[in-house]
Amino acid sequence: MSVNWSIETHDLTKRFGRHEAVRALNLKVPAHQITGFLGNNGAGKSTTIKMLLGMTHPSSGSGTVLGKRIDDARESREMRRHVAYVAEDKQLYAYLTVEEMVRFTRSFYEDWRTDTEQRLLRQYRLPLDRKVRLLSKGMRTKLALLLALARQPELLILDEPSDALDPASIEELLQALVTAAGEGTTVFFSSHQIGEVERIADRVCIVNQGRVVGDLELDQLRENYRRIVASFPREVPSDLFPDLAVEQVQILGRQAVAVMKDDSNEVVARAWSAGAVSVDVEPVSLREIFLEMTRKDD
Amino acid sequence: MHFKISPTSGQPIYLQLMQQIRHAIEIGVLRQGDMLPGIRTLAEQLVVSHNTVAKAYSELEHAGVLELRHGSGAFVSAQCTLKLSTAKARAAQQKIQSVVAALQKDGFSPDEIRRLFEAQLLQGMPLKESA
Repeated sequence: MSVNWSIETHDLTKRFGRHEAVRALNLKVPAHQITGFLGNNGAGKSTTIKMLLGMTHPSSGSGTVLGKRIDDARESREMRRHVAYVAEDKQLYAYLTVEEMVRFTRSFYEDWRTDTEQRLLRQYRLPLDRKVRLLSKGMRTKLALLLALARQPELLILDEPSDALDPASIEELLQALVTAAGEGTTVFFSSHQIGEVERIADRVCIVNQGRVVGDLELDQLRENYRRIVASFPREVPSDLFPDLAVEQVQILGRQAVAVMKDDSNEVVARAWSAGAVSVDVEPVSLREIFLEMTRKDD
Repeated sequence: MHFKISPTSGQPIYLQLMQQIRHAIEIGVLRQGDMLPGIRTLAEQLVVSHNTVAKAYSELEHAGVLELRHGSGAFVSAQCTLKLSTAKARAAQQKIQSVVAALQKDGFSPDEIRRLFEAQLLQGMPLKESA
C-alpha cells in the first residue's frame, strides 16, 4: 500500500538573521491520519507551519502540501482552498460579532457545511451577538475551530490549539479533531502536551531545535519499545550486553537499565543467565522517548 | 459496553479494544447478533483516532469475531460461542493460586510476584492476538 503524503518537506530551513529557527527539516505527514507535531516551545513548530501555509518564505529547502509546492505563489493559493488553519493566536476580526464572523467566513466558501456550523454553535454555546474581542481565549479557539471545520477541509492544520484551554474545552477540542478525522480530514496539530498527542494521534513527529528528531507510529512505540531493568547482587558484569549500543544501556550501581526496540527477549535471557536476581520489563512512554530525543546535547 | 483505554499502558490501543471486545464476548456480556457502536461513534466516545477503532474492528472481522455491515455498524458474528466457561475460569484461577502460593513459599513478596508476572506478559509478547 503506497502512502499518500499530505505534507512533505525536504531540508526546509528558515533563518532569522543568524538564528536558524528551522534547520533542514524533513517532515512527512500521511493523509487520513491524525499526526501530532510535538516539541518544546521554540522548537520551530510555528515557523514550520507558517512556511507550509505560505505565510513566510523558506530560506532554503522545499516542501509540498497536498502535492502543491509551498514556495510557488499560485500553487500555494490553490492549496489553501483545501486547507484550514487554526492559528496559535486565533486572530479573528475583533470588531465583528460571532454571528457576523461566521456569516463573513461562510461567504468565501461554496461548500460550507451549514449543519456543522449549526451543530458546533450549539455545542460550543457561542454567544452570537458578542464581539469577538470580548470572547475568552477558549471561546475564540472554539470559534476558530468552527470556522475551520465548517469548510470540511481536506487538511486541517492547528498550531497549539489546546493552549490556554481549560480541561473541559481540551476534551471538546480533541473530540472535534477525532470527529473531523473520522469524516476524512487529515489532521496535523502542533502541541507541547504529550498526553493529548498520545491520546488521539496515529503518528507523532518530534521536533527539537528546528529538526525532526523522531517520527513514529504510536502503536509501534507501544508495541516495540521496552525498558529492561536487571538487578544484580553484586557489581553489574562488565560484558553484560555485548550486542547493545553503549547509549542504550545505563548502569546504576548494581542495576543495568536498557531501552530496547524489539528483541527484548534475548536481553532478558542474557540478564538472567548473567546472574540477575530480578529482571523487570516495562513499557516505555511517549514522555520518556520525547525527553530522550529532545535532550540538549549540542 | 464499557471500554477502558490506557494510552500509556505499553499496549497499542487497538489491541486493548480487541481484547476487551473478545473478553466481553467470552464472558457473555456481548452475545451473537449484538451491535457495537460504529467506528466513528466509538472513536468520538473514547476520543481516540478512528483509524485505531477501524483497525480493531477489521482485525476482529478477519478473525471471525465481528461482522461489519456497511453503514450500520459492527455485529457480533454467529460463529462466536462462550469460549470461557465458568469451569475454565475457575481452573485458571486455581492454577494461578498454586503458582502464587509456591512463589510465596519460596519467599517472594506480592510485589515481586506481580513484577514477575508483568515482565513475563510484556516480554513473552503474546500481545499480538492469534486468530
